[in-house]
Amino acid sequence: METLHEEITDEIRAILDKWKPKEGNLIMILHGVQQRYGYVPWNISKFLASELSVPLARIFEVVTFYNFFNLEAPADYKISVCTGTACHLKGAPVLIQGLKKQLKISPKAQYTEDRKFKVEEVRCVGCCGLAPAMVINEEVYGRLKPEDIEPTLETIKIEETS
Amino acid sequence: MTMIRAKINNLPVEVEPGTSILKAAKLLNINIPVLCKHPDLKASAACGICVVRIANYNNKMLRACTTAVEEDMEIITHDPELTKLRRTILELILSFHPNDCLNCGRNGSCELQDLAASFSIRETRFDPNVEKKERDGSTEAIVMDAAKCIKCGRCIEVCQEIQDVWALTFLDRSYQVRMRPAGDLSLAESPCIKCGQCKIHCPTGAIYEYDDTKEVYKALLDEEKYCVVQIAPAVRVSIGEAFGLEPGKNLTKKVYAALRRLGFKGVFDTNFGADVTVMEEASEFAEILTNHPERLPLITTCCPSWVDFMEKRYHDLIPNFSSCKSPMQITGVLSKTYYPDTISVKPSKIFSVAVMPCTSKKTEVKRTEEMFASGKQDVDVVITTEELARMIRQAGIDFINLPDEEPDYVLGAYSGAGTIFGATGGVMEAALRSAYHFITKEHLTKVEFNDVRGIKGIKTAETTINGKTIRVAVAHGLGNVSRVLDEVRSAKEKGEETPYHFIEVMACPGGCIGGGGQPGKISNQIRMARIDALYEDDKEQRSLRTSYNNPYIKILYDKFLGKPLSKKSKELLHTKYIARPQYVK
Repeated sequence: METLHEEITDEIRAILDKWKPKEGNLIMILHGVQQRYGYVPWNISKFLASELSVPLARIFEVVTFYNFFNLEAPADYKISVCTGTACHLKGAPVLIQGLKKQLKISPKAQYTEDRKFKVEEVRCVGCCGLAPAMVINEEVYGRLKPEDIEPTLETIKIEETS
Repeated sequence: MTMIRAKINNLPVEVEPGTSILKAAKLLNINIPVLCKHPDLKASAACGICVVRIANYNNKMLRACTTAVEEDMEIITHDPELTKLRRTILELILSFHPNDCLNCGRNGSCELQDLAASFSIRETRFDPNVEKKERDGSTEAIVMDAAKCIKCGRCIEVCQEIQDVWALTFLDRSYQVRMRPAGDLSLAESPCIKCGQCKIHCPTGAIYEYDDTKEVYKALLDEEKYCVVQIAPAVRVSIGEAFGLEPGKNLTKKVYAALRRLGFKGVFDTNFGADVTVMEEASEFAEILTNHPERLPLITTCCPSWVDFMEKRYHDLIPNFSSCKSPMQITGVLSKTYYPDTISVKPSKIFSVAVMPCTSKKTEVKRTEEMFASGKQDVDVVITTEELARMIRQAGIDFINLPDEEPDYVLGAYSGAGTIFGATGGVMEAALRSAYHFITKEHLTKVEFNDVRGIKGIKTAETTINGKTIRVAVAHGLGNVSRVLDEVRSAKEKGEETPYHFIEVMACPGGCIGGGGQPGKISNQIRMARIDALYEDDKEQRSLRTSYNNPYIKILYDKFLGKPLSKKSKELLHTKYIARPQYVK
């Protein structure tokens, strides 16, 4: 289990103090946590459950219901492969397969073991003309062929080390 | 009150405002099919199978479970169009459901299967879209098979609202929605208390009991083992339902006969253990009341789900817990210590099986080191009423027509006080009958304590012993229990006098008769039928209504234990509790 840093507790406390007396506070507090960490960590959920006297199960209902919240720390590189109709027909499934193979991610998982890369499927990213397309962090890569995967990932890794 | 008048299928009906169409139809003996609605639970309108037509409201289709009858409504519950619609809903549900009824833990007692049969579904019109999912048997008490889940939400409603346990919740939404513990943990890592209420409320095979019958068969075939068995109070009044009888038929003596035919050499009754529990617990109460009033209230601990709940949620009240073991554990330890001497068999040969109305009892047998007081595990295997019914059928025993038999009295003779342990209020009543005698040395002229009987969630009563007013509370369904304990906690925090002296807790609504290991369906009507049968059994014991009068209890103490709370009693019959986290992670 991750340890709860003292300063972080202070930050969470500040969010808690702000919203605690208000009705329907849970979702606002969770927004605060999501903004601070980029996800809602398990130990903070547990901390909130005891502070707010809300069952942990209820917190997870809210967190998993709304797409806005994440339960896992964001990856350094989020690779979103478009699986809209055009991209799908132009070979998105092959791209995903290739990416996961290169990054050693098992077919059902999304993250690399070191959590540096995340490969996810998204619906249309609005670049149908560039099908098949993927987005790495903010940057769009289009008209991809399976053999493009390796060099693209290499560029990222070079950027990283420099 | 102004009543609402309406027509259902052209039959006039008059109901109180707010009555659902589903309930109103029942009054006219019309059954509207349901899948997500359960008589114990709020309607959630999840499945849509109860759809009806309002003829004078543009033929609008509405769900009978959540729509209240309105003045002059003309409701049609059954016509060819509605049947077609319901059948489509059913077919859609089935397209997401594995087609493996034959291998299912609920084969033969599944509401979805029943509906599919009555709608004569013969082919699959929609492409099946069934995902294989991993089963969760981590508790070794109940198994969750998510692939069979139809997402009706009953398990969550009962886990959160009735039991206040919050082990299960809705994760995600839409197609991805699933009933799981927070964080997709396994049930064993969650606050689950193994009560099995989710299981008896589940309409399909998504939740079923962990099957231990193999272990029992293995022991029965082992010539080196001397197999003994005990049956819990609640089993005798519900097992008939597994053989098509009405709820509340007392079949004690046929169960004894069936167990002998299955090959058990010693046939005991947990009611005897209950009488021992009373001897110890009533003595404990008398002792605390007289010498340590600051330790009040005393809280009963026969129920393993309740013990689990308390250790996770109310561990500040551990000092108030009776240290006395449950009747099952007591019968178990005596079957491996006291009993072998009476029949000249080596204690190490005894294999002890318990038949319980309960899924949680399967985990109680390994709860703490005190459950091994005989030197070995005191109860080797627990099977539920349902599992026993299956074993009886597998063995080709014509159960209903068996001749009556008697138990082995040494651990099988019981008083009326022992038998009512299976009903909410029963433990309290049984303990008060004996505590009165232990404190006053007199005998009660009237042994019934009617105020603690019945199905009400929280029952409170006062009685006078030796001029002192004793305030008692009885709670069943853990949501109700939480309310009583919060009262105790807050009095404690404020330094006020305790609101109650003695509290009985049973996790399942109705007590053990409503346990997660019971066969068939569940509703308050069924609970009451089973409860009435237990009080009837109590009455049938005539002069033997109190535990201390049970002649075999007297022999047990004279020859073996000494007296209640003696050193030997404490070693064998008492236990300890520890605070545990709600989430393992």
